[in-house]
Amino acid sequence: MAQHNWSSEVKRGIASRCGAHLEVMDEILVQLKALGWSDQELFGVQMALEESLTNAIRHGNGKDESKQVSLEWKLSSERFWLRVQDEGAGFLPAQVPDCTDQENLTACGGRGLLLICAYMTHVEYNDAGNCITMEKIRGEEENALIDVSS
Amino acid sequence: MPAPKRIQLNDSGDVTVVTFSDSKIIDEDEIQELGQELYDLVERDGHRKFVLNFSQVEFLSSAALGKLISFEKKVSTHDGELILTNIRPEIYEVFAITKLTKLFQIKDDEADALAVL
Repeated sequence: MAQHNWSSEVKRGIASRCGAHLEVMDEILVQLKALGWSDQELFGVQMALEESLTNAIRHGNGKDESKQVSLEWKLSSERFWLRVQDEGAGFLPAQVPDCTDQENLTACGGRGLLLICAYMTHVEYNDAGNCITMEKIRGEEENALIDVSS
Repeated sequence: MPAPKRIQLNDSGDVTVVTFSDSKIIDEDEIQELGQELYDLVERDGHRKFVLNFSQVEFLSSAALGKLISFEKKVSTHDGELILTNIRPEIYEVFAITKLTKLFQIKDDEADALAVL
């Protein structure tokens, strides 16, 4: 497959502190807007960023500021690619209860991964369950689970 | 009693109309504060019928959804009623994806909500 022509490729670490992700999130959204992404598309990207980064800070690293959340992202006018890794023990996505089941509707958590999958074209976890990789390709259907590891 | 920071309140008969002050409901501390201000309306002030007006809300996280669910439970356990209104399409889609459209009663605007409360 031909190499995609990314406009920017960035690696960065952020502290495991509430709100530490907001600056990076805004930086990515501003860059995508400049690349021609619509407000509606940016809503979905923001949701994926917000949920994956707060999951890593809160659940992965337990808000332990001695631990880092490692971020890698690539942006272009056609694609948004993001990898988020925490230093936690990981989890099995398949064991997260389905929050859309009638008996789980009033559960107060478990919606983050569902929302990420809804807005991204591809989503994948590593085997350890502490690294999520996602990609949004403009104009393609969301929610396919395929290999986006490279 | 200090004025709430995360919400604005208006009474319409025995219905309390709550408008969110923030356009983006994502900050964890602000979500905690929002939850407490909503709970106070039920537990401290004794309100029972609510319209939650989302006209100012452009974005909200799953943590904010969790807080709204807690508020819905709180209202239900006090035999109250809660209706959500003025939800823009992007936010409605979040409720639809998470199937919370089955949990919450949603109307187009305040007038529609007040007509059934």
